[in-house]
Amino acid sequence: MTEHSGNHHIMPLKIYLGVFLALMVLTILTVWVAFYDLGFLNVFVAVTIACVKAYIVLLYFMHLRYNARILWLTAAAGFIWFVLLTAFTVSDVLTRGWLPPPEAW
Amino acid sequence: MESGDTKRKHYLNIENTPQSWLLTLDHKRIGILYLVTILLFFFLGGVAAVLFRLELLTPDAHLVEHETYNRLFTMHGVTMIFFFLIPSIPAVLGNFLLPIMIGARDMAFPRINLASWYVFTAGGLFGLAAIVFGGVDTGWTFYTPYSSTYANSNVILAALGIFIAGFASIMTGLNFIVTIHKMRAPGLTWFRLPLFIWGQYATAIIMILGTPVIAITVLLVGIERLFGVGIFDPAIGGDPLLFQHLFWFYSHPAVYIMILPGMGVISEVIACFSRKRIFGYHVVAFSSLAIAILGFFVWGHHMFVSSQSMYAGMIFSILSFLVAIPSAIKVFNWTATLYKGSISLDTPMLYALGFIGLFTIGGLTGLFLATMAINIHVHDTYFVVAHFHYVMVGGMLMAFLGGIHFWWPKMFGRMYPEAWGRFAAIVIFVGFNLTFFPQFILGYLGMPRRYHVYPEEFQVLNVMSTAGASILGAGYLMVFVYLVWSLFKGRRSVSNPWCAAGLEWRVSSPPPQHNFKKAPVVDRDAYDYTDEDVYKSDYDSGGTSDG
Repeated sequence: MTEHSGNHHIMPLKIYLGVFLALMVLTILTVWVAFYDLGFLNVFVAVTIACVKAYIVLLYFMHLRYNARILWLTAAAGFIWFVLLTAFTVSDVLTRGWLPPPEAW
Repeated sequence: MESGDTKRKHYLNIENTPQSWLLTLDHKRIGILYLVTILLFFFLGGVAAVLFRLELLTPDAHLVEHETYNRLFTMHGVTMIFFFLIPSIPAVLGNFLLPIMIGARDMAFPRINLASWYVFTAGGLFGLAAIVFGGVDTGWTFYTPYSSTYANSNVILAALGIFIAGFASIMTGLNFIVTIHKMRAPGLTWFRLPLFIWGQYATAIIMILGTPVIAITVLLVGIERLFGVGIFDPAIGGDPLLFQHLFWFYSHPAVYIMILPGMGVISEVIACFSRKRIFGYHVVAFSSLAIAILGFFVWGHHMFVSSQSMYAGMIFSILSFLVAIPSAIKVFNWTATLYKGSISLDTPMLYALGFIGLFTIGGLTGLFLATMAINIHVHDTYFVVAHFHYVMVGGMLMAFLGGIHFWWPKMFGRMYPEAWGRFAAIVIFVGFNLTFFPQFILGYLGMPRRYHVYPEEFQVLNVMSTAGASILGAGYLMVFVYLVWSLFKGRRSVSNPWCAAGLEWRVSSPPPQHNFKKAPVVDRDAYDYTDEDVYKSDYDSGGTSDG
């Protein structure tokens, strides 16, 4: 089986089980971390764990690891677009308080 | 329609049972299915527009009260945008023409193509159900917290309809991208592609990258409405501006989903009726991609008065100005193409010229709206309504009609009556301007959108607008009547009635079931009108010719 065999790559069961186990551990980690107040890191930690989980799903469950590079590019485009959506939205949220609200007339 | 037709078999007469249409995998038939479906929604959206324009004849509420009025303009917006404009050119002309224009026998995924029509129809049925069960009163923008908390109309049904129809859009986009990448005829390099294909490709990118966001956004509205999960409602921990960010992240690029395929049509028509290659072909092609990508980063200009940060507003304002550049490149290059061209003013060309003028007005007023200070003055007034309709109706709908007339002989093998076509195009142009130009003035004078009553001083301009809408409606009706008439009585068309360049004109009219018997070999650039004899010879790669 080559690296570029498209849809026909068959993964051994132990990899599926390993991925499942990793996802479960990361889910438990998410819940566990939620009980601690990490200040501004709260969102950062939650999103990082979520991204790692998404990455594992993309690589193994969605077989991206074994597909042609054009599919990597396609998946990357979706991810980059999500990052841009988030970045522009957060740029609004973070700078809302920079100017004081106008005083009443 | 087929009585007395020649013995030649084509996609329309090869088999004509209900199953043969409803289970067809032929991209051409799927295009026709989409055409019939979106025309139904165009009619519904048009009826709503007629009713609220009649209400606006007088300053007081003589015809409908505010609740009905709100439902009417929402019905107009939702049906026209999600169920007519977005699928119009891609799903009808794109489906019909894309494989033929690149020398392929069908789309890359014919079953996904058919599935997209079923998914779209299912979404449309939810939209219809929302109307039948009393309508929606949120406006097509579904702003929270009104839509998620307070509205007592059929928000969930309409949102579900949009959610489902979005998947049809993604399927179409996916099919277009794969088909263009993988199924081009030998010799048909990227820079020999017709600009219509570049337009469809850019549109498909937006469909795939943007549509999931609107789908998840309306789903979140439903989740908050049904289960009280705090996403947009500040009372339960949400942020109402988050909705506007997510909504406009899709819905501003959606404007380009609607206009980019129209720009592709205009390039084809201008080249054919000027007998010239499009001036600056490469930059026109890349400007489609530039619009598709830049168009994703301008959404905040819808939110200048929403309490969005002023700094974010400045960035969005600058980016909005940037997207005007590739749009202007197209307009300048079309105009330059006309220079010293051998111009003939057939119906499609009249629509194309109308497009250039009206789109320019729509685009330039968009710059007014992207300027923060002016935006505050005209925000949520009729100025915005006029701007949007100059782009969508004056631009996109003119392009759609131009494209339908241009490829009508190819689609159905019949010519429409040219004199009626030209007359209707002029009626539509006049009616359109009379409808929407007064709205620029109304908005500038301060008349807010979405109100069913207004001060008496605005009545004259509103009467002009309603009168224009009547003329516009008569124009559309005229087009509908003579096109249906032409299906039965129109003069038969040869393969290439316009002597146009492009592979679609090398197959007979209507095209054979699988377009080409063998893949055509392309050995020239698009719009090579230097050797006119090639296009007059009416040869046919699809086997039989009806010339």
